[in-house]
Amino acid sequence: MKKFTEILSIFAVSALALSSIAGCGAQKKTDTADTAAGSSAAVIKIGGIGPLTGAAAIYGNAAKTGAEIAVEEINALGGDVQFELKYEDDENDAEKAVNAYNKLKDWGMQISLGCVTTKPCIAVSSEVFSDRIFALTPSASSTDVIEGKDNMFQMCFTDPNQGVASAEYIKEQSLGTKIGIIYNNSDAYSTGIYNKFVAEAEKQGLEIVSTQTFTDDSANDFSSQLNAVKAAGADLLFLPIYYTPASLILSQADKMQYEPKFFGVDGMDGILTLENFDTKLAEGVMLLTPFAPDAEDELTQKFVEAYKAKMGDVPNQFAADGYDCVYSIYNAITKAGIKADMSASDMCETLVATFTSPEFVYDGLTGTSVTWEATGEVSKKPKGMVIENGAYIGMD
Amino acid sequence: MTFISNLINGISLGSVYAIIALGYTMVYGIAKMLNFAHGDVIMIGAYMSFCATTYLNLPVPVAILIAMCVCTVLGIVIEGLAYKPLRRATSLAVLITAIGVSYFLQNIALIIWGSAPKTFSSVVPFGSLRLFNGGLIITAESVVTVLANIVIMISLAIFTKKSKMGKAMRAVSEDKDAAELMGINVNTTISVTFAIGSALAAIAGVLLCSAYPVLMPTTGSMPGIKAFTAAVFGGIGSIPGAMLGGILLGIIEIFSKSYISTQLSDAIVFGVLIVVLLVKPTGLLGKKIAEKV
Repeated sequence: MKKFTEILSIFAVSALALSSIAGCGAQKKTDTADTAAGSSAAVIKIGGIGPLTGAAAIYGNAAKTGAEIAVEEINALGGDVQFELKYEDDENDAEKAVNAYNKLKDWGMQISLGCVTTKPCIAVSSEVFSDRIFALTPSASSTDVIEGKDNMFQMCFTDPNQGVASAEYIKEQSLGTKIGIIYNNSDAYSTGIYNKFVAEAEKQGLEIVSTQTFTDDSANDFSSQLNAVKAAGADLLFLPIYYTPASLILSQADKMQYEPKFFGVDGMDGILTLENFDTKLAEGVMLLTPFAPDAEDELTQKFVEAYKAKMGDVPNQFAADGYDCVYSIYNAITKAGIKADMSASDMCETLVATFTSPEFVYDGLTGTSVTWEATGEVSKKPKGMVIENGAYIGMD
Repeated sequence: MTFISNLINGISLGSVYAIIALGYTMVYGIAKMLNFAHGDVIMIGAYMSFCATTYLNLPVPVAILIAMCVCTVLGIVIEGLAYKPLRRATSLAVLITAIGVSYFLQNIALIIWGSAPKTFSSVVPFGSLRLFNGGLIITAESVVTVLANIVIMISLAIFTKKSKMGKAMRAVSEDKDAAELMGINVNTTISVTFAIGSALAAIAGVLLCSAYPVLMPTTGSMPGIKAFTAAVFGGIGSIPGAMLGGILLGIIEIFSKSYISTQLSDAIVFGVLIVVLLVKPTGLLGKKIAEKV
C-alpha cells in the first residue's frame, strides 16, 4: 500500500509540474501568434467553436457548414475582404470549449463566432470579453451568453424571446387551451425558455395544467411525466427541449396512445434528420424557428442548393444562423472599412460600434430587417412551422 | 388507473435494471470486482442489433443472436486482456482498469457509429395493450421485458443450482483458493461468468433500446450506474438480490417522479439506497460477512 501511495504522489507531482509548463507554453505561443497575424495576414481569420462530435454534433456541424458556404461565397467575390474560417470541436462541453478557444487564439483568430451551444458559449463569452475579440454566436441563445459583455452578440433569439414568442403564438393561433409542459431543468436553455413562457402564458391567459421536468441523467423514461400531463387533460404539450429527448417523448406518447398537439422551439429542429427515426411520430409537431428551408425567395433557394451539394440533406436553422453570422460580419466589415491588418481588439471596437448603430440593418436567411440591441440581443420575427409528410412547412 | 399504469411502468423499468444488475452481481460474486464496463457492453449489444436489423435487414431473432454472440466474445476478450493479468493486483487497480475499459468502449463506438443519436426500432412487433376502454395502456415492450426478466432469472437459478459449471461458479465465489485446490479451473469459470454476463447485457441492451429508442455511445452509462445501484441495493453478489433491487429501484424511481417530484426522483432513489445500506450494509439479500479481526 505504501508503495502505491508513493507512486501516486510522484504521479500527481509530475502532473502538476507538466501542467504549469504547458500553461507557460500556451502563453508564449499566443503572443507570437498575435504579432504574426498583425504583420503578414491579408485575410481576416474567423474562428468558430461548436460540438462537431458528441450528442449535439448535428448543431455544430450544421452551423459550421453554413458558415463555410458563406465564406466560400464571399471569397469567390474576390473583393478586398477575404476570410479564413477555422472550426474547433467542443463536444458541447464548457471546459473543452475554452481549450478550443485558446487554440483558435494561438492560430491568430481576429473575429469569433462564439460557440454553437449555450453552456460552452457562456464560458467562452467571458474569455472573448476579457480578450476584446468580437464574437457573434449563431445559436447560443441564453441571455447569460451576452449579459454584461458588450462585444458578444447573438444571431438567434434569446431564450426568453423564444418563450414569450411561443406563448404569444399559441394564443394568437388558438392552438390549445390546456397546456402541459415537459422541460429539462438541468439545462440552462430549456429552463430559460420555460420561465419566460410561464410568465407570458399568464399574461396571455393561457392555462398551464401540468409542468413536468427531467434532467440530463434521467432523460430516458418519460412515462410518469406523460402520465401526469395526460391525467391533467393537456391538449397541447409544450416541449422547450432538444430533439433527442423530444424524440423519446414522441415515441412514448405514441405507445401510450396520447395524442396532444406538440409544440417545440428551435431545439426541436433536427428531429427529422435523426437516423432511422420514424417521421410519422413527428407528424403535426409545431415549432418556432426563424428559418424555413421551403421558403421561395432566391437567397434561401440558393443556400439550400449549396448546402445540399455539400452535406446531402436540407439545412436546418443552425446552418442558416451560421451563414447569416458570416454575412452580417462581412456587411459590418465593408460598412466600417475594417482592414485585415487591424488588431483583434481594434476590430472588436469598430464592429461593436457598427453592429449597435441604428443604421446597420441586415437582411438574411433567418430574417429581414434584422437589428441588434446594445446588449447583443438580436431583434427579428420568428416563423411558425409544422411538420407535414416528413418536412417542415411554414404555418403562416 | 394512473396508479396501476405507474406501477407497471416501474416494474418494466425495474426489469431492465434487474437484467443489467445481474451482470454486475454475477461478476462481483465470482471475480470480486466491479465491472464498470458492463453498461458499455449493453450499448455495444444494442448497436449490434441495430446494425443487423437496419443495415443488413436481418430478422429480429437473428439480430438478437448476433448481438449476444458479439457481446459474449467481447466479454471474454475484455476479461482476458484487461482483467486476467490483474487477478492478483489490488482491487483499486482492477476498478480503475474497468473504468478505463468503459471509456475505451464508448470511444470505439464513437469512432465506428459516430456521435449522432440513432433511433432504435423496437424488436417487439406488437402494439400496446388497451384495457378498460383505454383507461389503462400497457406497452408491449414492458410485457416482453418483464417476461424476459422472469425467464432469465429462473434459468439462471437452475443453471447455478444444477449444472456442473454453475456449481463451480458457486464454489469459486465461496472461496477461490479452496475451489482451485478441489480441481476447479478458476480462470475458465471466471471467463464463463463474463460470457454469460455479457450475453445478458446484449439482451438488456436490446430491451432497453426497444423501450427507450435512442441509441448513442453513452446510452449504457446511466442505466449501468442505476443497475449497479440496484445490485448493491439488493445485495451485491446475490442473484435474487439483483432482481429484487432492480425492480424496487424502478418502482421507487417512477413513483417518486409521479407522486413526489420529478426533480427529486434521483435524490430519493439514492437516498433510499443510503438508508438501506445504513440498516443492512450488505444490501437487502446480501450475505452477512463476519468481520475478521
